[in-house]
Amino acid sequence: MMAKLITASQFSDPDAAYVALVEARRHLSEAEAAALDTRLALILANHIGDIEVLKEAIALAKTK
Amino acid sequence: MNAPTDRKIVHRYAYRRSPDQDARGVVRRPVVVVGAGPVGLAASIDLALRGVAVVLIDDADRIGEGSRGICWSKRTLEICDRLGVGEKLVAQGVTWKLGKVFHGDDLVFAFDLLPEDGHKMPAFINLQQYVVEKALVDRADELDLVDLRWKNRLIAVEPHNAHVLLTIDTPDGPYKLEADWLIAADGARSSTRDLLGLEFSGVTFEDKFLIADIRMAADLPTERRFWFDPPFHAGQSALMHRQPDNIWRIDLQLGPDADAMEEQKPERVSARLRRMLGERPFELEWISVYRFNCRRLDRFLHGRVVFVGDAAHQVSPFGARGANSGIQDAENLAWKLAAVLKGEAGESLIGTYDTERIQAADENIAHSTRSTDFIAPHSAAERALRNAVLGLAPTADFARRMINSGRLSIATVYESPLSTPDESPFGGSARLGAPLPDCRIRNGDGSETYVLENIGDGFTLLTFKNGAPPQAAPEGVCRLRIGDDLIDPDGLLARRLDATPGAAYLLRPDLHLCARWRSFDRGKIAAARDRAKGRALGKI
Ligand SMILES: Cc1cc2nc3c(=O)[nH]c(=O)nc-3n(C[C@H](O)[C@H](O)[C@H](O)COP(=O)(O)OP(=O)(O)OC[C@H]3O[C@@H](n4cnc5c(N)ncnc54)[C@H](O)[C@@H]3O)c2cc1C
Repeated sequence: MMAKLITASQFSDPDAAYVALVEARRHLSEAEAAALDTRLALILANHIGDIEVLKEAIALAKTK
Repeated sequence: MNAPTDRKIVHRYAYRRSPDQDARGVVRRPVVVVGAGPVGLAASIDLALRGVAVVLIDDADRIGEGSRGICWSKRTLEICDRLGVGEKLVAQGVTWKLGKVFHGDDLVFAFDLLPEDGHKMPAFINLQQYVVEKALVDRADELDLVDLRWKNRLIAVEPHNAHVLLTIDTPDGPYKLEADWLIAADGARSSTRDLLGLEFSGVTFEDKFLIADIRMAADLPTERRFWFDPPFHAGQSALMHRQPDNIWRIDLQLGPDADAMEEQKPERVSARLRRMLGERPFELEWISVYRFNCRRLDRFLHGRVVFVGDAAHQVSPFGARGANSGIQDAENLAWKLAAVLKGEAGESLIGTYDTERIQAADENIAHSTRSTDFIAPHSAAERALRNAVLGLAPTADFARRMINSGRLSIATVYESPLSTPDESPFGGSARLGAPLPDCRIRNGDGSETYVLENIGDGFTLLTFKNGAPPQAAPEGVCRLRIGDDLIDPDGLLARRLDATPGAAYLLRPDLHLCARWRSFDRGKIAAARDRAKGRALGKI
């Protein structure tokens, strides 16, 4: 299967992207962070709008 | 589990001894249909209208054991119209097309099921299933070719190569009957399926649902209302539908651990409804607790036995895909079986009933399963995702589109060997393999009509005028000329079909579009007709 999911780094400043995600969950409880992640997943999945990419991303997320 | 408190018998029919029971030998019939539910009735009427004699047996002597189905789709109504009961059902039912979905107290999503106007039939009507069954029984009684036998229970089936031997029990004792074809329309607990030892596989959902029909004078709009986590029924879902005569259907999700017997006690039901309905007075008509299934037979065709309706497949009711899809099974089978029995098509045509209706069943099962999974998540983790969708809905369109409280039944677009692939692209709302979209149109004399009302029982060729001298359609194809026989003054039908002058559209007897061209070519039309009769399939 052709990989459509981009795993090469895309942010010009990856540290800033990481900080944005960290700050979003700073001071949140585990449950609140989980809820945030769920909403984020939905929002970003729709932004991508490609079921193949979504499935590849899920597969990648599931490999520990 | 579905032991209603107060089952109502709406109509009772007498058992009558058939001369077949006194015949010397075993009588042979072309078609026997087992089960006079909506699907068996529709199949029998359709076959009779196509000139095939049918014996229809049912083990009961009555209809009206509480209301099951209430929502009848546009496609079902179009079929019923062809069978002669469509207008009657619409007159008796309540018409609706709007659905509203609430989360807590807030409206989060609304949908309109018929964005296209100029159709004779509405998107949906609500009408008690027993009223529909009564209309179909009355229609069947008008037809000499339907021999409806109440209190005839199928108790044994013996398949042979070219017929099926049946044993039927009656109040006068059992008798035998041979059928060239047996149509098993005997419902979710199909005896035919059990007698043939066939497996019915799929999933049973854990959650239990309370279904209550109540009588209440309420001036609420005629729309489908669905709630996730409403204040009156916290943590669960609720559905409310209007039926005729001040009857309302209310479904309340109870979760997996509910005690079905307890939950059906009228005091308990009334208390739950009181929280929902406030001070409005109401009376309980019918109460039941269900667990839902999505499952089907591996194949619907077993030699000379054909399964239709709930006997072949079962779905959860979110989406109203049970009886609606069953009636579409019946219509798919009826014209094919009639053509085979009259020698106009080979037996392999019946094989396409199996492929087309399994495609439909899989679509229906997929939709009902997704809806049920959304309404009743399997775990806390799944519930968190569902709730995130509901939480985002007020601000994000994409989340509203993910809310799934039931995707309502529409006709399947067959990916079928009977269709001739398009040679050139077509737009519009018509789809190859789908039923022809209806359209308001005019007769030659200017009076108003609908295109679907003008289509006959066989193959039909719709052609659009281009000034060229009219050519005769191939044998066995009835030609309907738009611009001559019927007038499309505003070009509405032409837009729906993306018709250019000279375009031609071939419809199967079930009004599904099976071929279309930009211009008239008699040879191609004849080939497409043969293909739609299964000529290209070879032996199955
Ligand atoms: C709560 C609820 C709500 C629903 N809502 C909807 C809805 O809104 N829209 C919709 O489309 N569907 C709905 N459905 C589904 C719908 O009720 C069924 O899909 C429909 O009844 C199937 O019709 P049928 O003719 O295949 O089978 P049935 O209606 O079950 O009829 C089978 C018949 O066969 C007879 N029979 C059985 N065994 C034998 C035998 N051995 N010999 C002779 N006769 C026999 C029975 O007496 C019965 O009359 C709902 C179902 C439920 C439970």
